[in-house]
Amino acid sequence: MRTGILRSASPLPGFGLSFGIMMTVLSIVVLLPIAALLGRGLTIGPADLWEMVNSQRIRSALLLSFRAALIASLFNLVFGLVLAWVLVRYRFWGRRLIDAAIDLPFALPTAVAGIALTALYAPNGVFGQLLAPFNIKIAYTEIGIWLALIFIGLPFVVRTVQPVIEELDREIEEASATLGARRIYTLYRVILPTLTPALLTGFALALARSVGEYGSVIFIAGNLPLQTEIAPLLIVIRLEEYNYDAATAIGLAMLLISFAMLLAINAIQIWSRRRMGDV
Amino acid sequence: MIRTIAISSQLLAQGTFVRDLVGGHIEIDTGGRRLSGKPVASRKDTRVSPVRAAFSARHLRAGLLSTIAAIGLAVSGVPAAHAQESVEILNVSYDPTRELYRAYNELFNEWWTEQGNEPVTLRQSHGGSGGQARSVIDGLEAQVATLALSADIDVIAENTGKIPDDWQSRLPHNSSPYTSTIVFLVRDGNPKGIEDWDDLVAEDVQVITPNPKTSGGARWNFLAGWGWALKEFGGDEKKAQDYVAALYGNVPVLDTGARGSTNTFVQRGMGDVLLAWENEAFLALEEQGEDAFDIVVPSISILAEPPVALIDGNIKSDAQREAAEAYLEHLYSPEAQALALKNFYRAWDTSAASEEDIARFPEVELLSIEDFGGWAEVQPTFFADGGIFDQIYEGQ
Repeated sequence: MRTGILRSASPLPGFGLSFGIMMTVLSIVVLLPIAALLGRGLTIGPADLWEMVNSQRIRSALLLSFRAALIASLFNLVFGLVLAWVLVRYRFWGRRLIDAAIDLPFALPTAVAGIALTALYAPNGVFGQLLAPFNIKIAYTEIGIWLALIFIGLPFVVRTVQPVIEELDREIEEASATLGARRIYTLYRVILPTLTPALLTGFALALARSVGEYGSVIFIAGNLPLQTEIAPLLIVIRLEEYNYDAATAIGLAMLLISFAMLLAINAIQIWSRRRMGDV
Repeated sequence: MIRTIAISSQLLAQGTFVRDLVGGHIEIDTGGRRLSGKPVASRKDTRVSPVRAAFSARHLRAGLLSTIAAIGLAVSGVPAAHAQESVEILNVSYDPTRELYRAYNELFNEWWTEQGNEPVTLRQSHGGSGGQARSVIDGLEAQVATLALSADIDVIAENTGKIPDDWQSRLPHNSSPYTSTIVFLVRDGNPKGIEDWDDLVAEDVQVITPNPKTSGGARWNFLAGWGWALKEFGGDEKKAQDYVAALYGNVPVLDTGARGSTNTFVQRGMGDVLLAWENEAFLALEEQGEDAFDIVVPSISILAEPPVALIDGNIKSDAQREAAEAYLEHLYSPEAQALALKNFYRAWDTSAASEEDIARFPEVELLSIEDFGGWAEVQPTFFADGGIFDQIYEGQ
């Protein structure tokens, strides 16, 4: 009689096969590329890696990438929640259309999104023209980068929060009201805590997606060194110089920072779960 | 495989197929219990309308497959019967040559079949010159490279050994069948009065040029400005560096490629002057109309030599070598040279070109890359990590 070590007693058949498929695909698609990046980093050595990352230009690019991703994701956190709330709780004409349109940023090639946003917000574009007299520039500034990142990150928040709002029991809200809570109080103490884990997941997904975004940002950013040059572009520039080591260094730096951020978000998530109980 | 069996005339059961039994019966596993009976052929649902039947999954799949196959055939552009014996050549080129090579590939195949050869399948790939070189280094099976500057082909030779070091002497004119130069494209009527390089550093002028790190064409732009400044300031490199720093200080958008910059200037209306390949400038005029822009030729510019090379290491057969060599050599024929002139490149042989195409090009004093010490010296000094281009930004 043989029982696998990894296998726990389960009435469900097919563990071996599905586990094998899962590991193979995961290795080919996710683990191997990351291992290759880490492996290349190891051959360079930490001292040289630090040397290559520790310049003003790379620091400002990394700062810009993470700052813009954070701002865009925070915006999406608030706006995505409102959007999901409206879509679930109210019935109005065109609701289904808007609901379908939320997924558009998933489907649209990011370059198309970038070019379209640039065309709209460039000084001669439809919106850009309206803003130009007030001396507000959007395309080719950091605000343009935020805009592109908000566009690509929005569906992550909406699509993670939406099902949780659908599951929310309205009777709890009613109970809160009958016990004398005002609307704001119900929102803060009853609704938001229930949504927090889903919101954090959506936020983390949007953030992770925005940090590495290249295709759409490149068209709207302006790409000026020290001002609007994002870290992924610097990686491309290093590759154009055939400087694979320096590109690896920036890639590793981004990986590390992203990892730390996701870890922090997960920690907050666990903390909020413990506080609220499993939701 | 899931099968359905009839247990009685009324009762059907479904489960995973286990084995065949005698008399056409089969045994199935229904999740714990094994049952046997006569297999039921998948029932035809007679209520399905013909329209729905036409859109049934099977029809749809078949239709989809044949559509994909048809598209595939159309894209490859070869009759299926010829696919195996036909010689294929992939030409990796840089951004602005799309129109030129689209026309040249037709011209070449016409000439090539006239010589009694089978037509060649010519495929094109365009992109930033540096990126294209990197694709070849990373394993893109291209037989011919036609890039923006010889440094990019040198890099392929260095990193892969697929091109001999002396490649540039294998064809006439430094392996550059056509050349170009850098000019200024300004808005109609030249409202900012831009005449020469010193006007580009005026306070209220915005200059559009791509990033020399990612664009081959932009390196020519940079060097042309640098060359002018060196001459203007009597060889003072410090002053030349201040000049290019001021010039790039006026650049609001640094695109990654020459086409990107042209779009930013032409479509988005950014900037007052575009530093452009002469051929790109003429192309923009042709596409946007003569009254949208003016071309300004500066007092000094640079002779930009976009070279071509055979990538020997990627040649699979003698037939392919023969065709690829002919493909490059034929670029120097009078007809191909006339075609290059027609596509706004400065070509060497004007014998077959029309008067109009020749007269288009103004006389201008041209520096050559040799005046700067050749690409082997220019590349590390100016454009490597920490080179002069990086210094003008990091010194700010």
